Parts: sequence; C-alpha cells; structure tokens
Amino acid sequence: MDFGFSINRPRAVDLDKNDLSVSRKALMEMPEWQACIGCGGCTATCTAGNLTQFNFRKVHTLVRRGDYQGAYEEMNKCMLCGKCRLVCPRGINTRGVVMMIKRLLSEY
Amino acid sequence: MTKKVIIIGGGPAGMQTAASLLDLGIKPVIIEKSDRIGGKLNDWHQLFPTFTPAHEVLAKLKGSMKDARVITGTAVESIGKDGVSLSDGSTMEADAVVVASGFNLFRAELKEELGYTIYDNVYTTVDIEHMLNDGKVAMKDGRTPQRIAFLHCVGSRDEKVNQRHCSKVCCVTGVKQAMELKAMFPQSEVYNFYMDIRMFGPGYEEMYRRAQEEFNIHFVRGRISEASETIDRRVQIKAEDTLIGRPLKMTVDMLILIVGMTAGESNRRFAETKGVELQPSGFVAPADSFTLNTCSGVPNIFYAGTVTAPKNLGESINEGVAAAQQVARYLNRR
Repeated sequence: MDFGFSINRPRAVDLDKNDLSVSRKALMEMPEWQACIGCGGCTATCTAGNLTQFNFRKVHTLVRRGDYQGAYEEMNKCMLCGKCRLVCPRGINTRGVVMMIKRLLSEY
Repeated sequence: MTKKVIIIGGGPAGMQTAASLLDLGIKPVIIEKSDRIGGKLNDWHQLFPTFTPAHEVLAKLKGSMKDARVITGTAVESIGKDGVSLSDGSTMEADAVVVASGFNLFRAELKEELGYTIYDNVYTTVDIEHMLNDGKVAMKDGRTPQRIAFLHCVGSRDEKVNQRHCSKVCCVTGVKQAMELKAMFPQSEVYNFYMDIRMFGPGYEEMYRRAQEEFNIHFVRGRISEASETIDRRVQIKAEDTLIGRPLKMTVDMLILIVGMTAGESNRRFAETKGVELQPSGFVAPADSFTLNTCSGVPNIFYAGTVTAPKNLGESINEGVAAAQQVARYLNRR
C-alpha cells in the first residue's frame, strides 16, 4: 500500500540485532585486527582512497560491528598496494584484513 | 630529634611519608579520619598494570611505617603554621605538617542520565573492585553477565559536572577491570566506550594492547549519552561510534561507570590558611609544579600524593619520599 510517504531505516548500528557471527569469526582468525586504534593512517595513505570514496578504517570498523552491507563491494576498491600496512602503528596486516573480509563475506 | 611532624591522612602517600621520615630519624604522627590506615588502597583487589594483589603493597607500606604513631577516627579541621586543630576540638602542635589527605571519588549519581543508583545493573569501578575482592561479580539478581559495557571519563573532562581535569588513572583502571571480567566470564562480550584512551604509565599501553588482542575487548570511540532500563532489568545504552560516524545502540547486562578523581573534600578548608592555594580543579596547588611539587606557599606545610592532582599509586608513594626529604631539609635548616 502506498501511503504517499516512507520511513527512513534507522541509521543506528544496533548491536542487539546485528549478526556478529562473521565479525567474531574474523576476530578469532586474526586477533591483531582488534589492536586497531582508529588512527586513520591507513586511510590517509590509501591509494584507492585518494581516487574514490573508499575509507578502509570506516569499512573495517563497520564489519567489526556486524554491519556488512556493501562492505564486500567497498573492499573490492582496494588495489592491495600495501601502503597501509607500512604505516600502521599497531603493525596490523591490513592487506590480510582486506582479504579476510572479502573471503568471509563472499561465503556469508 | 624531638621535632614534631604531623601527617594528615593515612593513605599510601601518608604512609610512605611516615616511613621515609622514620628513615631520616624523625618520628611522625599520622592523623587519619577513618578507622584504619591504607586509604583507598583498601578498596583495591589487583593493581594495574601488573595485576599485583593490592594487599601485598599495603602490607609493605604498613611494615615500613609501623614505628610511626597513628591516630585514627580523627579529622583535621584546619592547618596553621604552628600545628593543626582536630575534629575533637583539640589542637596539636607541630614543627611541620604534611598534607596527604588524598582525593574523593566522583559521585556517579550526579550523571543522572547514566542511571547509577536508579537502575539495577549500573555500577561503578569501585563497586566492581569490591565485587572482585568478594570473589563474586554478578548482576543484581545474581545472574552471570553476558554483555558488559564500561564507560570511560565519568566525572572527568566534563564541565557539566564541573570536573574539567583528566583523572589520569581511570583509563587504565577500566581496561584492567575489563580484562579481569573477561577472564572471569570468557563467554561474555566486553565493550569499552571511550573519548580518548590515555595510557600514560609504563606498561599501560602494552596492557591495553593485550586487552585488545588477547582478551578480545571491544573498544568503541564514543561517549554513552544516556542509559535506560529494559523490562528485564538490563541496560540499553546509546552512543555514537565516532570512527564510523553512525549512532550505536545496544543492550548490556552490566554498565560499569569508570569514575574519576575529584579534589579532596578537605582541600577547601585547608585553603583557608594563607599560603595553601587551590587550583581551579579544586586540587591544592604546589609551590612550583616542576621543582617544588611537595611544597606549599608556607615554609613548614608540605604536600604528598593526590591532594595536589590525580596520581597513580607509584607516583603518590614517591611523593611521600620527596615530601619527607623536604621536611627534613626544612627542620635541619631551622
């Protein structure tokens, strides 16, 4: 039925409703990923982010919160150049994170 | 030496001041307002970042100052250059006074929107430390928590409650407790909501990283704006996950407020003495914050510990040593 108006979906990340299974699996597989302090070094240096809207920090944080919508497509923007890994102050294998997210979400 | 030195407060700073004065051949008197020495160290279970049992440190301090005279159950009303006046109406003369009266904990109920003392399952870090000491951490109805959230900076860096300063040690306290609870309940999910994580001390940053990598603690950058109770007495919290720029909400079994340090309640009384000055934060101002941290504007009044600013245990104890040295120097010069 068309009432002539629509309601926006809530923007809030809802940790009661989100399916955290992929996130949990990924964090178990790669505990170093959790050491991220959100500094944004990866995003600042990102070759893809320089040319597109790709924001690695934001997308991987969303995946950690169980919000997978569009994450796989976003990760496809990564060219795996590895500059992010060179700058990460926590020594996270960021390219590994990209590959892991793509693998787990393609199965999801 | 027959010189008389009064130490106000029998917490770690006061105890160490007494121990160091004894080493220098001076017999001090500690005046403690509560019924036992040890101060807030009595409330602690394990100490960050080493998880050392608090009672071990307390026992060391007690052992090193056991020859000092201790008067408990007595508060100091005011300080003068000739001594102090006490809550029982008497006065006590002294050649020097060391103020080691410490801090007060922020009263979390002042942040009403977070529901402390209103909702069943909102706690402070002090409550958790007591529960850890009792060996049982549980929800109010006795259930085991499955989801726990910690909130950093409760009563710190918040001008809404007139506490603009950083309490410095609460970050590491909150992460320590997150690790303790995760170890106690490995199946649970633990979230820490923070504005900044300030891991200033040796080994703190390393402990934080262990919390992330080995203990699977989730850190969310964003301040919880409000809490409400669900019908089953859990706590629903709202925050922004500022690193993704989206609002975030979740329901937790326990919300733990990481409370900060506020200026000691007696500071204002002591500051009625000329030369004892307060900082805007309410903490007492040292004569010089680089070279005279344990000295006041009065030649024979000294400070040790958190009376002047939030400090960790090691820093407070070191100030006891420094204050004793300054006292001895003053007494020798006279």
